[in-house]
Amino acid sequence: MTDWLWLLVALPLLGALVNLFFGRRLGEPASGWLALIVVVASFLIGAAASVGFFTGDELPETVYLFEWIPILGVDAAILWDPLSALLTLIVTGVGSLIHLFSIGYMHGDERFPRYFSFLNLFIASMLILVLAANYAVMFVGWELVGLSSYLLISFWFTKPAAAAAGKKAFIVNRIGDWGFLIALMIIFATFGTFDFETIFAEAPLMFGVGSGTITAITLLLFVGAAGKSAQIPLYVWLPDAMEGPTPVSALIHAATMVTAGVFMIARSAVLYELAPASGVVVAVVGTATALLAAVIAVAQTDIKRVLAYSTISQLGYMVLAVGAGAYSAGMFHLTTHAIFKALLFLGAGSVIHALAGEQNMFKMGGLRKPMPITWITMAAGWLAIVGIVPFAGFWSKDEILFAVFNRGDGWLILWLLGLVVALLTAFYMTRLFVLTFVGKPRWDDGVEPHESPPSMTIPLIVLAVLALGLGAWNTPFRLSFEHFLEPSFEGVPHPEGASTSEFVIFAGLVLVIAIIGLAAAWWRYTRDPLPAEDGSFWRNALAGFHVDDFYGRTIVAPGKAIATWSSEVFDRKVIDGVAEGTARGIRDAGSGTSALQTGQVRWYAAGMAIAGILVIVFFLFIGGAF
Amino acid sequence: MPVLALLVILPLVGALAVALIPARRSELIYPVAIIATIPQLVVAGYILVEFELGTPALQFGEEHVLIESLGIGWIAAIDGISLFMVAITALLFPLAVAASRSVTERVKTFMVLLLVLQAGVFGVFIALDLLFFFAFFEIVLVPMYLLIRLWGSENRAYAALKFVLFTAFGSAFLLAAIIALAVLTGDQFGLISSFDFRLMVATELTATAQLWLFLGFAIAFAIKVPIFPFHTWLPDAHTEAPTAGSVILAGVLLKMGTYGLIRFNLTLFPDATVDLAFWMALFGVIGIVYGGAVAIVQPDIKRLVAYSSVSHMGFAVLGIFALTSQGLQGSIFLSYSHALTTGMLFLLVGMIYDRTHTRAIADYGGLASIMPLFAGAFLFAAFASAGLPGLSGFIGEFTVLVGSYLTLPVLAIIAGFGVILAAIYLLWAYERVFTGPVGNDKLETLKDIGVREVLILVPLVVLILVTGVYPKPILERIEPSVEAILMRIEAVTDYDVPEFGTAGEQVDVEYGPIEPGEKHDDSSEGSQGEQHGDEGEEG
Repeated sequence: MTDWLWLLVALPLLGALVNLFFGRRLGEPASGWLALIVVVASFLIGAAASVGFFTGDELPETVYLFEWIPILGVDAAILWDPLSALLTLIVTGVGSLIHLFSIGYMHGDERFPRYFSFLNLFIASMLILVLAANYAVMFVGWELVGLSSYLLISFWFTKPAAAAAGKKAFIVNRIGDWGFLIALMIIFATFGTFDFETIFAEAPLMFGVGSGTITAITLLLFVGAAGKSAQIPLYVWLPDAMEGPTPVSALIHAATMVTAGVFMIARSAVLYELAPASGVVVAVVGTATALLAAVIAVAQTDIKRVLAYSTISQLGYMVLAVGAGAYSAGMFHLTTHAIFKALLFLGAGSVIHALAGEQNMFKMGGLRKPMPITWITMAAGWLAIVGIVPFAGFWSKDEILFAVFNRGDGWLILWLLGLVVALLTAFYMTRLFVLTFVGKPRWDDGVEPHESPPSMTIPLIVLAVLALGLGAWNTPFRLSFEHFLEPSFEGVPHPEGASTSEFVIFAGLVLVIAIIGLAAAWWRYTRDPLPAEDGSFWRNALAGFHVDDFYGRTIVAPGKAIATWSSEVFDRKVIDGVAEGTARGIRDAGSGTSALQTGQVRWYAAGMAIAGILVIVFFLFIGGAF
Repeated sequence: MPVLALLVILPLVGALAVALIPARRSELIYPVAIIATIPQLVVAGYILVEFELGTPALQFGEEHVLIESLGIGWIAAIDGISLFMVAITALLFPLAVAASRSVTERVKTFMVLLLVLQAGVFGVFIALDLLFFFAFFEIVLVPMYLLIRLWGSENRAYAALKFVLFTAFGSAFLLAAIIALAVLTGDQFGLISSFDFRLMVATELTATAQLWLFLGFAIAFAIKVPIFPFHTWLPDAHTEAPTAGSVILAGVLLKMGTYGLIRFNLTLFPDATVDLAFWMALFGVIGIVYGGAVAIVQPDIKRLVAYSSVSHMGFAVLGIFALTSQGLQGSIFLSYSHALTTGMLFLLVGMIYDRTHTRAIADYGGLASIMPLFAGAFLFAAFASAGLPGLSGFIGEFTVLVGSYLTLPVLAIIAGFGVILAAIYLLWAYERVFTGPVGNDKLETLKDIGVREVLILVPLVVLILVTGVYPKPILERIEPSVEAILMRIEAVTDYDVPEFGTAGEQVDVEYGPIEPGEKHDDSSEGSQGEQHGDEGEEG
């Protein structure tokens, strides 16, 4: 079966190429169906190949494809283990649903085939990232998802905001990639290879816990992860990325690509175990990000921006988890989040679609009636992210918080902050849900909301069912998910699970907090009229605490000033000044009379000859020819 | 068959053919000029196919002694260092000629100059008699000067002069150093002088002599590359040159500098190389960051691409002076790839300039809605230039960075910033030119690129993609020659090359006699590998 794994990448890539070159001829909706079929095919191949991991019969395997950069010993190769299988299933599974949703959502767009070409390119790139058997190939996927993200965020490029957002996303990610790149250099200098298997086997033998080299590598890898997974201080690109079509936000900027950083840390678990200090940094940054983004999310008015900040916040949870060494808890939250956040984004897309592009939640309200399917399915997503039992988010969030608590000491602070985030999450998500679906209609005149077509509601229903039931995959009573991932975390110490009584206490606590947040928001936003939110907290939080302005003033503007000075003054005045002065000096020494405009080449030739002869004599002298 | 001599002769024959076209048949000039570049492409293709893998030996050797007593002769050969420089020279000239459709004044002279230029460039990459090398190195200046001077835009006089002055300044030192080295070599072999590269390699030089000779060579090559702070001629020359001039300048002429550094500085002056490597690499890295930063704020799209060249070539310099196999292989690959990506960018800029006659970024906006194909091609080239994995630009940059970290970690880390800067200047430029609402009414009527223009771009797109996904055929041809250079440095100095990956397998260190092209033994006299042939033959 593993012989066919290359098709996982090849099929979507082929779909992307066909749609790029022949999409116009295929037209709508054929190009969309083609794109969908290749992703579904990838999903089926992935599912068939991972059966062995579910039954526990199969061992991880490296599939060698071809020699890529011989001098660096880099092969194009696939590491097929439960971790990559899990991500493959998420990417192609959620990806299929979002392709289907897009066929309805992008209906009538002039560049319909191009959209699907880019979407397929993303799937292929993301699969390269998750299937990589070494850091170099992972970096390839890492950059290529950045490319597809850029192309899709600025898909409606005639809108300046969309074009700027795409550029910003790519550049901010590149800043993170700088860290990744340096980590790669150190990895090669240390191990002489990028190969996961070799590195993870040798690292514990070569280095003790707390080693400086490994700490440097892991911290630099985290710089890359912070870019991709939108952590402080590099999270600023993600809210802007909402300029892209909503299904793109669902797939790339919520469910899959942004979790690449978390995946990368989990993949490097062996290294992070050798660098506890890095783990602390990761966990602290994750917690801080989760908290900051949750606070900002509370004040957003644009439905997609709430979800964007919510994504950043939830990514913070996952980062906290892997930082705390709870890799499978982090991966489980990644999995459930992929489902319920994709669901929420698609639901938001359905709403936006129905309201002819309106994204302001204060102009929604009462959509429950005209959009029953969107309403019910989105309710599942809402309860899942808030963490109400038995929805998926309840189980995965609880697991993370328990693992953090169990570390004791200073980790308790992170645990407390994690609880605050849970409270805020419940609040802002309920705010979103109530403002959108409950209460009186506040939409503009002439807007006639309608339920979306089946191509859009079917994915919603499937995701809603998963958001309800997926939690059962890993409960303290049955840790199937953890067992599933075990082969990928061989040799990595395993955090203790909760006993039943502990579980009841902790899960009960988290549940109570979630209900408090939910109830508070429900009470506040079902009032009529709605509360005015124009105090200084609301204004600053709405503006994301002006972090973009701050970066603009402290980094972008001075950078441009220095570059302009270099260009205008240093190059033109200093360097050219010296050069022209030298030339003039030679001319004056050479002939003294000829004007700059005439005979320059001649005087220069003369000067050159004289200089040349002098230098020859000098060389001959030092060379001992005389 | 003297294959390499053909590379120099064929363009000249072509130039003659173009020159003989009568004035009343001027419509023939363009097609004939294109046809005149094809035989070189065939010869280069032949060389690529017949090139023997796994050996650092100089191949396709030709040798004719001209003046025995002074040690002057026609010596030409190819190895992994020069192979792909020859290949891109053969590839870019047809494209540059084909892209010169819009030249209307003195077309014949224009084409003749381009072909002469090609002959000179080939000469630089194959000549291993340093007098010939120097002659070719200088000959190249003349047609390039005229191309800029006669067909350039508003500020062409200044740019052309600046180009000549900077380059000739370096050449003075180069000539002096070559002559000095020739005399020192002759001294050791009982001759008045010898310009034979192989004898020069065998010559023992004092540390002081190495140092000064190294600097003499390095300054000429540093100006050519260009290495900061000798780079200021480049933006002017690029900006003012006609499209073909910019393409050749960036694609081929700059590589004469990196080629020279590897072929001569590293090989002839190993002690000085080891002593000065850090400083050379440092200036390379300054160029990476400086060029990248300055590129961001250029208001002129051609100047922007020109500064991006300064940045990219800085990577090539860093890779060379890291003195690791990865660094050197990466550097040569990067030179090859830069020819494709920057060549493509200049071709694209030329195509839009032909339509609008403006290079100011501010004059554009929203072009992607009007010229989608052109926009797509530009974005492709931009990402290739920015080192996106899967395209050729990545292989060179990545290999250089990883290879440099082994010996110059701090510089490699700083060089990494170049990757961020490249994304900024290219994507910001793309945003301003191609996205948003259409900038002004004049742009509305522009036609997208046509069949001829697409055909010019296709070979570059294909090569960028294919060699980015599968660079092995190129890297494995470069490797033995690079290893040989490093082994020699290791043998004569106390420097140790870090060995990683697949590197470090023992290869033949000696610069043995030139091996004639294996499959054709009719390359008769003078190639018997003896240092000085018996007959002084007239060339």
